[in-house]
Amino acid sequence: MSEEFSFVGKRVLKLDAPGKVTGQTIYGHDMKLPRMLYGKILRSEHAHARIRSIDTSKAEALPGVRAVITAQDVPDMRIGWARDNPVLKSDKVRSVRDEVAAVAAVDEETAEEALSLIRVEYEPLPGVFDPEEAMKPGAPVIHAEAPNNIQEKMRQAYYHGDVRQGFAGSDVIVEDRCTLPFVTHCCMGTCFCLASFGPTGDLTMWSSTQMPFLYQRDLSMALGMPASKIRVIKCTIGGAFGSKLDMYPFEPICAVLAKKTGRPVRITFTREEEFISSPTRQPVICDIKSGAKSDGTLMAREVRMTLDNGAYSSWGATTPLVMMQTISSLYRVPNVKYDVVVAYTNNPYSGAMRGYGNPQATFVVESSMDKLAHELGMDPLEFRLKNANQSGDVSGQGVKITSCGLTECMQRAAESVSWEEKRAKGGSRGVGMACMIHVGGGARIYPSDGCGSTVKVDDFGKVTLISGSTDMGQGADTVMAQIVAEELGVPVANVTVVNTDTDIAPWDVGAHASRTTFVAGNSARLAAADAKRQILEGAAENLGEKAEDLDMKGGKIFRKGEPEEAIPFEKMIRGKHFRPDGDVVLARGWYEPPTERQDKEFRGNISAAYGFAAQAVEVEVDVETGEVKVLKIAAAHDVGRAINPMAVEGQIHGGVSMGLGYGLYEELVVEEGQVLNPNFADYALPTALDMPEIDPIIVETDEPAGPYGAKGMAEPACIPTAPAIANAVYDAVGVRIRDLPITPEKVLRALKEKGTRSKEEK
Amino acid sequence: MESLTMLLNGEEVTMHIEPDALLADVLREHLGLTGTKEACGEGECGACTVLLDGRPVTSCLVPALKAQGREVGTVEGLSSGSELHPLQKSFIEHGAVQCGYCTPGMLMSAKALLDRNPHPTDEEIKEAISGNLCRCTGYVKIVEAIKAVSSD
Repeated sequence: MSEEFSFVGKRVLKLDAPGKVTGQTIYGHDMKLPRMLYGKILRSEHAHARIRSIDTSKAEALPGVRAVITAQDVPDMRIGWARDNPVLKSDKVRSVRDEVAAVAAVDEETAEEALSLIRVEYEPLPGVFDPEEAMKPGAPVIHAEAPNNIQEKMRQAYYHGDVRQGFAGSDVIVEDRCTLPFVTHCCMGTCFCLASFGPTGDLTMWSSTQMPFLYQRDLSMALGMPASKIRVIKCTIGGAFGSKLDMYPFEPICAVLAKKTGRPVRITFTREEEFISSPTRQPVICDIKSGAKSDGTLMAREVRMTLDNGAYSSWGATTPLVMMQTISSLYRVPNVKYDVVVAYTNNPYSGAMRGYGNPQATFVVESSMDKLAHELGMDPLEFRLKNANQSGDVSGQGVKITSCGLTECMQRAAESVSWEEKRAKGGSRGVGMACMIHVGGGARIYPSDGCGSTVKVDDFGKVTLISGSTDMGQGADTVMAQIVAEELGVPVANVTVVNTDTDIAPWDVGAHASRTTFVAGNSARLAAADAKRQILEGAAENLGEKAEDLDMKGGKIFRKGEPEEAIPFEKMIRGKHFRPDGDVVLARGWYEPPTERQDKEFRGNISAAYGFAAQAVEVEVDVETGEVKVLKIAAAHDVGRAINPMAVEGQIHGGVSMGLGYGLYEELVVEEGQVLNPNFADYALPTALDMPEIDPIIVETDEPAGPYGAKGMAEPACIPTAPAIANAVYDAVGVRIRDLPITPEKVLRALKEKGTRSKEEK
Repeated sequence: MESLTMLLNGEEVTMHIEPDALLADVLREHLGLTGTKEACGEGECGACTVLLDGRPVTSCLVPALKAQGREVGTVEGLSSGSELHPLQKSFIEHGAVQCGYCTPGMLMSAKALLDRNPHPTDEEIKEAISGNLCRCTGYVKIVEAIKAVSSD
């Protein structure tokens, strides 16, 4: 399929890899500026308490301390998606993550010591740590503005069709309750920022944000200064996965410390701090009811969900909107009802994490689908195939499916694990499957979902793409360079990508919703096409030809059909430049996906394309220990077109490992609001030894709106893994685990209960 | 302050350090060798892995004075001049690098493995890097990259 292209579809090596393998790449954590100070934050000892007094005098007197700040030093502004989070807390603390005071000192040890000298007098308040408890009358009130502890902006009721009729017309109905835990990103590079004020009062912020332009806006609001005086420089990011989607209090705190001291200030989190004070995926309590006709036609789905928001609202509070898409539109389902409530608790607050709610929603839906298939007496694969979304479908929510490889994904994943041979075979081995839908063509959750690009081509043939896009390590820069090289007709080695500076790069909403290849890629392609037009027009004038008769490939310009008589393109560029009426090659592109915001009933097509996937898993369960061993994961992903198959495989591998962790190992243990396992010894991140064989299967559907047919695919890889594992465990030993992670204890307990039940039945 | 002399990436280095200074801090803060990353400070993630007399150690736990008179190898010393080490080349060619924060530590663990066992099995490779955490790659391409060098 990719033979027609020079760079698209090729395993082009990552542009950033040489710097990273030699240790030359500078991450924020490696940065030092002259006179730089180190910032540290004092956080709450209590999950819920009133602050009686804060005494910073001893800390201020410590030699080496340059500033100590509390709430009175920062603008009286609340940050976060719902504007409910004071940068520094003055009246009360609502979680152990809460920022109470901060220090800037000449080194980290002095800053730490200064924190220990700050005396805070608290009046502990009763806390609430379970979202269902939080909504009961008489529960401790966390925010005066939300006396029922409900984040009203995200209390949603969605429906299409009529579930009552749908269930009335169903022959089989299944119901379940799933509970999903706190997990966290575990970026290898912890949270970081470095703030410095220039002589004119302008702020330069070095950051690992994945949304530089919204970050600039958020900093402006938090600091009460014009965004035009804020420059954000994005450093090399040591992993993000959504955790760097919001601006958090430590960032304006760092800026205020820099302002107060007149010196650059850097804040980097320790690993313990990262576990306690960076975001998590939302824990979910979910009831689901699904119904189907005896022939396997899916009839109705009803979901009621409660999310633990934690103490404040980040962008992560909007994950119910993404969950809604899966609930409304994964498989053809004519009748759907979805009610969701997001409750404040005194737990650390949740944020955006790869999949953005979809891992939870998909676990719930795919667990229910699997059970429904068994109750119907159908092969779960057949049941899924029968109800699969297809190209051209418009879901009840208005999701317009332009390209859909779901059926092929299922077939190829099943084939990879020998589904037919291995399913329902008894013993202790089994196979399971789960599918997913996710936005793959942007996601319009902001007034603009666009991205801007500039392409400049210099007199020596060096092509610079200046893009709003963000590479977090996933390889976006390489993909952008491939697209520009392909469109322009130059070697990929000629292309450099610049996208680290808000003073230089055109606007982009940020790296979220798996949108970068699609949106920034389309934008880069438009700019490259404009550059090519300029070059060929210049060449045509020089050569006395018509521009439409010329073409360019491999950095050479030639008459169409006569590639053997080619002229180096940089020569033509110089010819265009160095003459009295000359001009340089400076091109632009702006791409805004053709989508719409949802209406009040949540209907609308927010993405220009949708990604699909099916993962099939083979497991072996040790019935003596309860241990689940995953033998193989076949991950088939409809990516539209793989611009860089090697990068796509890398995303699949990494996503699957995150999904494996979610399914079997990971849980941030939070009790009474305290994080009990804030370290890698106790938080079980998968290691190389935990990884099963992974078969990444790339399904190409050539999405009409995508750049060269590509759709977003990076988040999807982590989405169906956990439910596929859970379904395989059922196939192996006949127990359904509904609360993640699937630990040996839970499997043993379920096996024991099953044994008791079957004895009673006898 | 104590005097520390070590053979760092093949070159003798002498410096004065606090007696309780950790090797990772000395490398990163005193010597500017920021290729060695620190991601947990507790020896649990392997990002700070360097070689001490050829053996991999988590430098965030090792007192710098333990390196007295010994050979220390960091990622900066892997390549010779502009010629990359085969492992570095292989990591690039196999797409084994994503965010890259674990990469230097992975490379050093891999080098230690291949130096003592030039033809490891997949399981031996996985075992050797099991103390190096990576959140991006699922380790697959890292294992492939190491294997490709070992079978050369």
